[in-house]
Amino acid sequence: MNAVPTALDQRFRDAAAAAGLLDVSYDVADTPVGPLFVAVTERGLCRISYDPETERQTEELARTFGARVLRSGRPVDPVKRELDEYFAGRRREFDLPVDLRGRSEFTRIVLDELARVPFGQVTTYGKLAARTGRPKAARAVGTIMNRNPIPIVLPCHRVVGSTGSLVGYGGGLDRKRLLLDLEDAPV
Amino acid sequence: MEAVSVPPFERFYDEHRDAVFRHLVRLLGRQRAEDAFQETFLRALRGYPSLAHGRHLKAWVFTIATRVAADDARRRRPEGPIAKEPAYEERRPTYAELEHLAGELPDKERAAVVLRYGFDLSYDQIADALDSTEDAARQAASSGVRRLRRRLT
Repeated sequence: MNAVPTALDQRFRDAAAAAGLLDVSYDVADTPVGPLFVAVTERGLCRISYDPETERQTEELARTFGARVLRSGRPVDPVKRELDEYFAGRRREFDLPVDLRGRSEFTRIVLDELARVPFGQVTTYGKLAARTGRPKAARAVGTIMNRNPIPIVLPCHRVVGSTGSLVGYGGGLDRKRLLLDLEDAPV
Repeated sequence: MEAVSVPPFERFYDEHRDAVFRHLVRLLGRQRAEDAFQETFLRALRGYPSLAHGRHLKAWVFTIATRVAADDARRRRPEGPIAKEPAYEERRPTYAELEHLAGELPDKERAAVVLRYGFDLSYDQIADALDSTEDAARQAASSGVRRLRRRLT
């Protein structure tokens, strides 16, 4: 009985984004590594998650960026397009601003360095730590990789153990291997 | 009182959109309800950052919807006698004023008083807004008013 028509629901979600009233817009993208939760603010991409539980994601985003978190596809489209191109083998670098508000300064420095690891190459936790000027912080870097708010675009899958083993991945080792295979990385 | 934080807008919207839509269809008819629906939730988005807590969100969004419907009705009769009356917001105490006046009432009584006397909702609409029955809504409003009267005299 009298539920909101789909077209009306869609119209509201578009209008909310177009009016600039959202702190965070999100949507779910279908990819070869499964459905991805993708969220953006007006400053840039703020979250990619393998966790399909959107309730948990929206709670966390609301705490960091503001409570006006709404599923709204249009603002997320540019991200989806670049992800599609990446998975189709037509893109090696992402051209997307990111929003890392709410992260510590060291985390931002590490993620900034991480973003420089090129497509198809790998580095180690220790080397990444060294590049941030804290060569002994390999373990801290590992933790930051594990909590990477924007996997794939910030390529924590390109960071492996000093022996060359994959070690771990927030989205599971299968996905890490799949991404490295996609990039023809030497592991 | 236990703090209830404001939920992500998606959850608030998901929980209340169907009831708000039904409410607007009752007030305006199906076709006009569609525009009013969008306007209601856009206004809710504008007001959302200033919410202090997550209690009574259903009553809150129903008051917005009711006001949007009143604006719509007023716009549609630009030459009629209603247009010559003071604007809806001026004629009636605003939600904020009434909420302040009724501020120390128990939650449910306050919501019922505000919706009944601030926004002229019928008891079945109030029951809908409060997830309650018509009788309970009537009772909450009248005991709220009794309590206010005792306090003022």
